[in-house]
Amino acid sequence: MDWSHAPAVWLILLPFVASGLAAIWPRRWHPGYVMTGTGALGLAVLGWWAPGLLDGEVVRWQHAWMPALGLDFSLYIDGLAALFALLVFGIGILVAIYARYYMPAHYPLKRFYTLMLAFMGAMLGIVMAGNVIQLVFFWELTSLVSFLLIGYWHQGESARDAARTALIVTGGGGLCLLGGALLLGHIVGSYDLGAILASGDTIRNSPLYEVTLVLILLGALSKSAQFPFHFWLPQAMSAPTPVSAYLHSATMVKAGVFLLLRFWPVLAGTDAWFWGVGTAGLVSLLLGAWIATFQQDLKAILAYSTISHLGLIMMMVGFGSTLGVVAALFHVINHATFKASLFMAAGAIDHEAGTRDLRRLGGLRRLMPITATLALISGAAMAGVPLLNGFLSKEMFFAVTLGSDYGTWVDTGVVLFAVLAAGLSVAYSLRLLVGTFFGPVSLDSPRSPGEPPRWMRVPIALLSLLCLLVGILPARVVGPVLHAAAAAVLGAELPVYSLQLWHGFTWPLVMSIAAFASGCVFYVVTRSYLAEREATAWIAPVSARRVFEWVMVMLTETLPRWQQAVFPARHLQVQLRVLFGMAAGVAALVLVQFAWQVPAPGRIDVGLAVLWLVGSGCAIGAARQAKFHRMTALMLSGGAGLAVAITFVWLSAPDLAATQLLVESVTTVLLLLGLRWLPKRIPGLVRSSPRTRRRRLGDFLIASVAGGGMGMLAYLAMLHPLPDAVSRFFIENALPGGGGRNVVNVILVDFRSFDTLGEITVLAIVALSIYGVLRRFRPANESLGTPHLRLQAKGGDPAMRPAHPGATLPGFMAVPARLVLLVSPFALLFAVHLLVRGHNLPGGGFVAGLAVTLVLIVLCMARGVRWVEARVRVAPLRWIAFGWLLALATGTGAMLLGRPFLTSWHGSGTLPVLGTWHFASALFFDLGVFAVVVGVATLILIALAHQSVRAPIGVVRHDDTEPT
Amino acid sequence: MEAVLAIAIGVLGASGIWLLLRPRTFQVIIGLGLLSYAVNLFIFSVGGLRRGADPVLGTVAAAGSYADPLPQALVLTAIVIGFATTALFLVVLLTSRGMAGNDHVDGKDGPA
Repeated sequence: MDWSHAPAVWLILLPFVASGLAAIWPRRWHPGYVMTGTGALGLAVLGWWAPGLLDGEVVRWQHAWMPALGLDFSLYIDGLAALFALLVFGIGILVAIYARYYMPAHYPLKRFYTLMLAFMGAMLGIVMAGNVIQLVFFWELTSLVSFLLIGYWHQGESARDAARTALIVTGGGGLCLLGGALLLGHIVGSYDLGAILASGDTIRNSPLYEVTLVLILLGALSKSAQFPFHFWLPQAMSAPTPVSAYLHSATMVKAGVFLLLRFWPVLAGTDAWFWGVGTAGLVSLLLGAWIATFQQDLKAILAYSTISHLGLIMMMVGFGSTLGVVAALFHVINHATFKASLFMAAGAIDHEAGTRDLRRLGGLRRLMPITATLALISGAAMAGVPLLNGFLSKEMFFAVTLGSDYGTWVDTGVVLFAVLAAGLSVAYSLRLLVGTFFGPVSLDSPRSPGEPPRWMRVPIALLSLLCLLVGILPARVVGPVLHAAAAAVLGAELPVYSLQLWHGFTWPLVMSIAAFASGCVFYVVTRSYLAEREATAWIAPVSARRVFEWVMVMLTETLPRWQQAVFPARHLQVQLRVLFGMAAGVAALVLVQFAWQVPAPGRIDVGLAVLWLVGSGCAIGAARQAKFHRMTALMLSGGAGLAVAITFVWLSAPDLAATQLLVESVTTVLLLLGLRWLPKRIPGLVRSSPRTRRRRLGDFLIASVAGGGMGMLAYLAMLHPLPDAVSRFFIENALPGGGGRNVVNVILVDFRSFDTLGEITVLAIVALSIYGVLRRFRPANESLGTPHLRLQAKGGDPAMRPAHPGATLPGFMAVPARLVLLVSPFALLFAVHLLVRGHNLPGGGFVAGLAVTLVLIVLCMARGVRWVEARVRVAPLRWIAFGWLLALATGTGAMLLGRPFLTSWHGSGTLPVLGTWHFASALFFDLGVFAVVVGVATLILIALAHQSVRAPIGVVRHDDTEPT
Repeated sequence: MEAVLAIAIGVLGASGIWLLLRPRTFQVIIGLGLLSYAVNLFIFSVGGLRRGADPVLGTVAAAGSYADPLPQALVLTAIVIGFATTALFLVVLLTSRGMAGNDHVDGKDGPA
C-alpha cells in the first residue's frame, strides 16, 4: 500500500503547535476554533490512514534521539493506538464546541484552550509512543496538564487541593511506571515498543517480572483512578465541566487501561496479573458503584460511576482471556461516549439551573425537554438498557465472567459480584435521571432553568446518537474499529465474538435481567432513605482520601518537625562539627594506615620552607585573631594568601600567581568594606566558661586531625603524580589546535571554554544576587553613626571632618592620590596588555579584568567613591551583559559557520609596524570573560561601598553624633 | 619540597576548619578563605611539583619539560569562583547581622 508515514510526526506535533497558537490567538476570535480545527485535522489524518490501519498495518516513524543510549523518538500507531487517538480527537472536537458556550467569555479562555490542546498532544504522545521511555514522558505530561486544568480556578482552595492531590497520585504513579519501563528495557535490552512486544516469554520468565508488573500496575491503577488510588478523581471534579468530560471520563483516566492493553501481550496471562489487575478492578467496580449510589452531586455520581466502570474494564483486562480484551475495548468506546455526554448534560444543567445538587433539582424534563431526552438516552446506556451501547458491552462483560474457569469459589463469586455491581449501576442511574428530570418542578434552584444554547446541545446529541447507533447496529458502526484494535492487542489469537443485539436467550441475558430487576427494586426501596443521606453507608469512616491526607501530613509536617527536634538543624556549628568530625575520622584512618609507609621527604627547599614558616604563622595567627581583632586577622589571612601566590610562582605557575595576587587584593578590600557593619566587641565577654573551653578543645582536635589528614593526603598524592594522558593532549594540541602557547589559557578559552562560559555565568548570577540583596540591606542601628576612626581623625576637630559621607578627609592621602592618578592610565594599559597576550604568555581575561578593577579600587580609596563616579562612568551591569553576550556570540558564531558551539579559529598575518601577529578567535571569548569579571567585581565593590554613602531607608543621618 | 607544601596545606586546612567551627560569621568567612587556599594548593599539587619548568610552550611542544597545565586551569577557575562566593557570603552575613542584630552563625546569640 502506498501511503507515507511522515505525517505521523506532524500529527503528534499538531496539538502542541495549536496549543502555542491558542496562547497568542487574537482577542477577536474565540480560541475554541483552534481546538475544533485541530481535532478535525487529526481526524482527517486518521481517516486517511484508516484503510491501512483497519487492515492491521502499523504506521511507524523513527528519528534518532539519543543513539548512544539506544533511545529513538519513535511513533507506533496500530489499531489500538488509533482507537484511542480517535477518542482523543473526536471527543476533543465535541468538548471544544461545548466549552465554547459553557465557559463564560470573561474567563481566561486562552489558558483553558492552551492547556486542553497541550493535554490533547500529551495524550496522543502516550498512545502513539513507540518507545516506553517516551511513553512515560508523555504520561507525566498528562499528569502535569491535568494538574493545571483541575486548578483552573486556582483562587479556590478546594481546586488547589484537588489539583495537588491528583498530581501527587498520578505523578507518583508515573514515577513507578518509569521504574517499570526501565526494568522492561533492562529485561528486553531495548526500549523500543516493537522489540518489547516481541519478547513476551522473556519478560514473563524473567525473575524481575513481578517487580516490573507491580510498578507498571501502580502507574496504571493510579492514572485510571482504581482502588486504592481512586480518591483523586472525585476531588478532580472541581475542574470546569468540559475538563471533567474530556480528561476525567473519556481520555486521561483511560490511559491506565491503554497501558495495560498495550503490554497485555507480554505481561498478561499469569496469576500475578489476574490477581493484581482483577482484584483492583473488582474492588473499584463495587466500591465506585456503592459510593456513587449515595452521592447528591451530579458530577460526584458521575465521577464514582467512572471509577466503577473503569474497574469493570480493568477486571476484564485482568481476566487474561482474549474475549476479555475485546469486551474491555468495546466498553472503553461505549463508556467514553455515554459518560462524556452525561458530563456535558450535567454541565448544561449546572449552567442553566445554577446547581448540581439532586436535592434541589427536579422536573427539569418540562423546562429543558431536549437536554432531558439526550441525558435519558446516555443515562440509560450507563445503566445498560437494551438498544443502547452500554447493554452490549455489559452482556459481553457477563459472558467474560461466566467464562472464568479458575475452578474455585472465584468463578461463582465473580459472577455474583458482576450482577451486584450492574444492579447498583442501574440504581444510581435511576437516581440521577429520575431525581433530575422527573417529579415536580423544583422551585429550589437559584435560576429559572431553560434549554441551553443550541451548540451546547449538539455535542451531547451527537454522543447520544452514537450510543443509540452502536446499541442497534454494533457490527456496522464500531465493528471494524474494534476489530482492528483487538487484533493489534491479540494478534492472531482473536476470539470468536459476535456484535449483535440479540444473541438468543442466554445466561448473560439472564444476568442482565437479574441486575436490572434488582437495581430497580433497590432504587424503589431506598429512594426516600437516599434522598436525605449525606454519607456513604458502612464505609464512610474509612476513606482512602483521609488516609492519603494523613500520610501527607505525616510527610510534610510531623516528620520534618520530629527531625528538627531530634537533629540539631538550627545550629550550624553542630552540623559542621558532625561533618568535619566525620572527615577527621576518615583522615585519622588514612593517617594510621599510611603513617608507616610514607616515603622519606627528599631535599628540603629552604626558600619554600622559610616562606611557609611565615605563611603558616599567618594562618594560625588569623585563626587566633579572627574573633576580637578582625582587621589583624584580615591582614594575616592576606599574608597567607600572599604565601600561596609566591608558591605558585615558585612552582612554575605564573598565571595562578597573578590571579591569586589580584583576587587576594580585591577580596581584602571587599572584607574591609564589610568590617564596618559588624558589631563592636562586647567588653564583658573575655572569660570563657569551662564548657566553652571543652568545646574549643574538641574543635581543636577535629581541626588538627582533619588538617593532618589533608596534609598527608596531599603528600601522598604529590609523590604519586597522575598519569599525564589528559595533560599531554592539552600540551600537544594547544599550539596546533588552539593557536596559543599559554596552555592554561588555551584550556580556559578554547578546550574547556564551555566550562568557562558556565563559570562567568555563575559570576554574573552571584553579582546580581549581591546587588539584589544589598538593595534591601538594613544595617544594625548601632553601626549607623560615623565610624570611630573618622571622628578621631585630625585630632577629633569637627571642622576638619569631611563635608558629607563618602568624601575623603581634607588633605587625606594627598600625595598618593596624585600618584595614583598618574599611574592609573598605565595600569589600565597594562591590563589590556595582559588580556591581549594571554593566549601566548601569562595573562588572560580573568587577570586583566581583576587588574582593571584594582585600578578602580585604588582610585576610590585615594579620592573617594563619589569623586570617581563623577568622572568615570561605571556601568557594571552593562559590562556584565556585554561580556556574557560576547562570549555567547563567539560560541554561536562557530555554529553559524557550521562548527560545534564554541569552536575557535586561529591564524596569523603580518601587520604594518607590529609585524607578524597571531590571532585566535578565542580572544573575543577572553574579551567577554574580561568584561564579565570587570563588571562583576566593580558591581560588588561599588554596591558595598555605597552602603556607607547612602542613608538607609527611613533613617536620617546625623554625621556628628558621637559613637554609642 | 613536597613535605613543606604538605605541611603548609595541613596548617592552612586546620586553621580554616577551626575557624569554620567558630560561632562568629567573620571567623567563618576568614576560615573559608584559609580552607580554600589549602584546597587550591592541594589540587595544584596533585599534578606534581616542578621548579623551573616552562610555563609557556617553546618552539617544540614536549610534555616532559612543561608544568602540568590541567590542575592550573582548575585552580584558576577555583580562585575566581572562590572570590565570588566569598563576596556573596560577606553580603549574606552583613544582611543577617543587620536583620538578626548579632553576628552569630545561627542568627541567635545563644551560648557560644
